[in-house]
Amino acid sequence: MKFTIQVNEGPYTHQASDTAYNFATAALAAGHEIYRVFFYHDGVNNATRLTTPPQDDRNVINRWSELAAKHSLDLVVCVAAAQRRGIADADEARRNGKNADNIAPGFRISGLGQLIEGGIQADRLVVFGD
Amino acid sequence: MLHTVNKSPFQKNTFESCIKHAAKGSAVLLIEDGVYAALKGTSVSAEVQQAMGDITFYALEPDVNARGLKGKVMDGVNLVDYAGFVDLTVKFDRVQSWL
Repeated sequence: MKFTIQVNEGPYTHQASDTAYNFATAALAAGHEIYRVFFYHDGVNNATRLTTPPQDDRNVINRWSELAAKHSLDLVVCVAAAQRRGIADADEARRNGKNADNIAPGFRISGLGQLIEGGIQADRLVVFGD
Repeated sequence: MLHTVNKSPFQKNTFESCIKHAAKGSAVLLIEDGVYAALKGTSVSAEVQQAMGDITFYALEPDVNARGLKGKVMDGVNLVDYAGFVDLTVKFDRVQSWL
């Protein structure tokens, strides 16, 4: 079965990203396909590679990047939510006249249409938030 | 339909809204702080027990255990792990997250 997962909250403040990650790994372990993970609202904060948690804590961002690399997941960050919160890839940084980008490996920035399309293409849309 | 509730019923009214809207034959999965609704002897326990005839209740066991609530979950609430969570989303054709 195909899943699209929506994450509406950032890491460390809420459990949403952890639950979404655990759900995704369990779905993949059961042989299901993750069509897309869409990061919306504060969920875009899961996509900054500048996060540096203490060594004895989980690294929520790296965990997503590693899962994406292992299973070729499509991790999509909402562009409007990202701009508001200072999440940028090289193109977005250039377009907005910023001198740096911070997007983590495996994530890409795109529009809300990707969430709608993800909902249409997947058999299930599961939302995690606060 | 599968409903998920992730907030304690003593913090937010999403659990209350959820069980009022959940149709007969649907399931409610309590996750994160939502697992507090599954406890014995609280002010919402009677309401949960009453709804059990029409709705099947589940609670995410890792979240129950993380909060030290093992053994305090009322009879009739089914404990599932993340694999069980995935299975529930497969079994029901839609998932409504009460956030």
